[in-house]
Amino acid sequence: MIAPVTISFRVNARDRSVAVAPNQTLLDVLRDELGLTGTKECCLVGECGACTVLLDGRTVDSCLVLAAEVDGREVTTVEGLAADGQLTAVQQAFLDTGAAQCGFCIPGQVVSAHALLAASPSPDREEIEEGLAGNLCRCAGYEQIIEAVLLASSAPQREASRVTPATDDVAARPDARMAPQ
Amino acid sequence: MTDRGANGHGPGASPARVGGRARVTGSQAYVADIRLEDVVHVKLVTVDAARARIEGIDASAALALPGVRFVMTPAELPQPMPRFGPQLRDRPVLAVGETTYHGEPVAAVAAETRDLAEQAAALVRVNCTPLPAVTSIAASLADGAPLVQDAALRPGDPLANTNILREHRYAWGDVTAAVAEADLVVEGTYRFPMVTQFAIEPHAFMAAPDGDGIAVWSSIQHPNWLQRVLSSLLNLPLSKVRVFAPDPGGAFGGKQHAKYEPLVAFMALRLGRPVRLVLTLEETFQAVRRGAAEVRVRSGFRRDGTIVFRDIDADYLIGAYADIADRTVAKGSYTAAGPYRIPNVRILARSVLSHTVPSTAFRGFGNPQQIWAVESNMDEAARRLEIDPVELRLRNLPRRGEPFIPGDTPADGEWADTVRRAAELIGWGDRAPHGRGRGFAVGLKSGPTTGLSYSTVRLLADGSVVVYAGTSDMGQGARTIFAQIAAGELGAPVDWVTVVMGDTVVVPYDQQTSASRSSVLMGNAILHACREIQARLRAMAARLEGVDESEVVVERGEVRIGGERVLPVRDVLTRGLGRLGGEIIGVGEMRKEAEPAHPLGGTAAFYEFNCTAVEVSVDEETGDVTVERHVTVSDVGLAMNPTQVRGQDEGAAVMGLGHTLMEQYIFDAEGRIRNLGAIDYRIPTSMDLPKRMESAIVENADGPGPYGAKGMSEGALLCVAPAVAAAVRDATGVVIRDLPLTPERVWRALRERDGTQQPTGARPR
Repeated sequence: MIAPVTISFRVNARDRSVAVAPNQTLLDVLRDELGLTGTKECCLVGECGACTVLLDGRTVDSCLVLAAEVDGREVTTVEGLAADGQLTAVQQAFLDTGAAQCGFCIPGQVVSAHALLAASPSPDREEIEEGLAGNLCRCAGYEQIIEAVLLASSAPQREASRVTPATDDVAARPDARMAPQ
Repeated sequence: MTDRGANGHGPGASPARVGGRARVTGSQAYVADIRLEDVVHVKLVTVDAARARIEGIDASAALALPGVRFVMTPAELPQPMPRFGPQLRDRPVLAVGETTYHGEPVAAVAAETRDLAEQAAALVRVNCTPLPAVTSIAASLADGAPLVQDAALRPGDPLANTNILREHRYAWGDVTAAVAEADLVVEGTYRFPMVTQFAIEPHAFMAAPDGDGIAVWSSIQHPNWLQRVLSSLLNLPLSKVRVFAPDPGGAFGGKQHAKYEPLVAFMALRLGRPVRLVLTLEETFQAVRRGAAEVRVRSGFRRDGTIVFRDIDADYLIGAYADIADRTVAKGSYTAAGPYRIPNVRILARSVLSHTVPSTAFRGFGNPQQIWAVESNMDEAARRLEIDPVELRLRNLPRRGEPFIPGDTPADGEWADTVRRAAELIGWGDRAPHGRGRGFAVGLKSGPTTGLSYSTVRLLADGSVVVYAGTSDMGQGARTIFAQIAAGELGAPVDWVTVVMGDTVVVPYDQQTSASRSSVLMGNAILHACREIQARLRAMAARLEGVDESEVVVERGEVRIGGERVLPVRDVLTRGLGRLGGEIIGVGEMRKEAEPAHPLGGTAAFYEFNCTAVEVSVDEETGDVTVERHVTVSDVGLAMNPTQVRGQDEGAAVMGLGHTLMEQYIFDAEGRIRNLGAIDYRIPTSMDLPKRMESAIVENADGPGPYGAKGMSEGALLCVAPAVAAAVRDATGVVIRDLPLTPERVWRALRERDGTQQPTGARPR
């Protein structure tokens, strides 16, 4: 067994330090060490999107990110979206359109939808289909999921400020996504 | 309908999903999210072969790793090897002597961490010799094929020395005589591939000693059935087997029956500690799948389109153990002649054992395979008779109340309404836009044939409600429906209702969550429990108001006295309960009795009837099929929650596109699955949706469920494949009889069409 290393990173606006094994993934650390089980485990090869989180504002499959890589960085999981107990517009829209069925893929879908809307506040259907293409839903509630993202995109974007934009992504900067249509 | 539901939350309205908030915030706890203290992690040990003789298992290297606690092998289990299964007790807890499919566990490692368990599992040396395996219908039925099941396990069974587990024969009229009456006979053979449920939540199991009994956690659809299996295997009374069944993260039939729960239970008892086994997605592919099938269908028609006879001969490739697969064959084939008035029918269906993953229930339960063949046959007949495909169906559909399978439930809906609605939505009479083709099909599935559901409902002192229901909410939204029923009947808002499920010590018995039964059967049990509470409220109100009980009516959450005064339930309750408070408890039961003389053991509680119409375009260069429009219409009786109904219909439709266009297991020459996992086995993503999806429902309130509801969660999947294939034929002239319609298969068919210069239509294979 290779010696663990201690990493420090910010998770859902909280600073955390965790000793991790070099082969441990971000997904393992979130679920097993930090108890953030909202991020789900399914395919472990970066295909299903159930483990999607934001790493410095960008979506990643946390099963493909080594925990050691996130030292000094910022992670937002589904639990970090409605941090003050109030649902984000995306989460509310998912409820309103009936987008969550069994719910297992939904944390990943919701996180991807946040990133999508942060980058493109008023996406069309095609953009949404592409933006969520990495998130499988076997209940196949895609129509209602897409509707939820459309609905959220036309809602006041109060949740946008909660998502840390990618620093090198101009479209995702706060000034670039000011007003909803 | 504009005025749906009571105050926007009762049946007919679409309040937000109960449990929805937990699902969008990540707080919904699935089995793998539950942490047990001091837990030991389990990893399965398998061999890389479809079939192998096990000569010895050497666990010493694994046990030498610090932190490895135990390696369970067949020798460590009670002798003879405990076996279980919903139809036959044929599945061993661990393979003994021989493995019979790729991925069958031969041992299991328990270690302090998951990584360690995985590492140790790779160190368990299994001395084995690969043996010849049969993984196709032809190979299983060939002369001299190795027997998949030891004949000794099938005493008294005349088929014991074959790979046919069972044959099912249904017949009425006289097919042989009817052939002479037919102006046209259409026949063909159709193949349906092995596909897997692919719930996004991989199956997860935990077990822990619990006092003098055991507690088991499983993402299972039938907690009470699992409780019975464990009770029998462990020799414990039912009351000492506590099954926790948290809401499954998708199930689709794949989580109906016990898989590795017995294994983890034996390990927990042996270790005296909680154990945990979370499958990888690859392991779920090796745990559950749908039966593949080859269906030969021959139908006779009069010139006017009247069906004279139908003759079906189907082989289903099931796996190495029966699981519930043979029942899917029996039930899926029983209605195979379709929702038509046919005087002469002969159906033969065989369950063929093979060295493959045991097939089990999967949304549609044996029907999609038959419907693929029979509806494709109808399309071909329409073409050859030069009768419009919609018209051909309408001409043969029974009316509501008309028997169509002798001795079974008559047609329970105005199915022509559904057909006409779908035709109207897609604009059937109009020509499809240039370069596109249209296809049309209907699907029928028999609902549950028996049922038993109990519910307890408690009306608490403040008017809030607790409902106990042994259903599993796997995404179909049962909790919401149940809360709506109780809310509507007892006058509470939906968010004042708590629905308790998934704990066999606390929740009353429910037979199972399958066959789209829960809204109907458990729904009625809840309704009866609420009615019992209403009777108590009526007595209470009569006493309080000094009137005769006959003057009091309690319904829709209100208490009406003498036809004039209306009191809220809560008001009567508070006064009636008095100083000590308390509550009113209602108990409901819903039973659909078995009918031993019936071929399936019971008539259909209801039918699911769906009509699907699609419009496709086909890329002639690549063979790629794009579904431009997908219309799905289901007869649901009454939609208790239209938003959820839509989610189920559209989800089933897209799932149907999966087996129609892309999904299939691929085997190597040795019978190993080559495309395990999400990279190599594709399911529909948001990029694979129809360009336009339209779903609609027919509601005539003619179902046996509360308020006239029927079950509806499978219907929209049933006939997707024949509708799409008919549209591909319409667009290109090629007839394809094997699923899935991959670009490669379509491309080859197009090349063959061009090469042979035949203009359109059916050619013998």
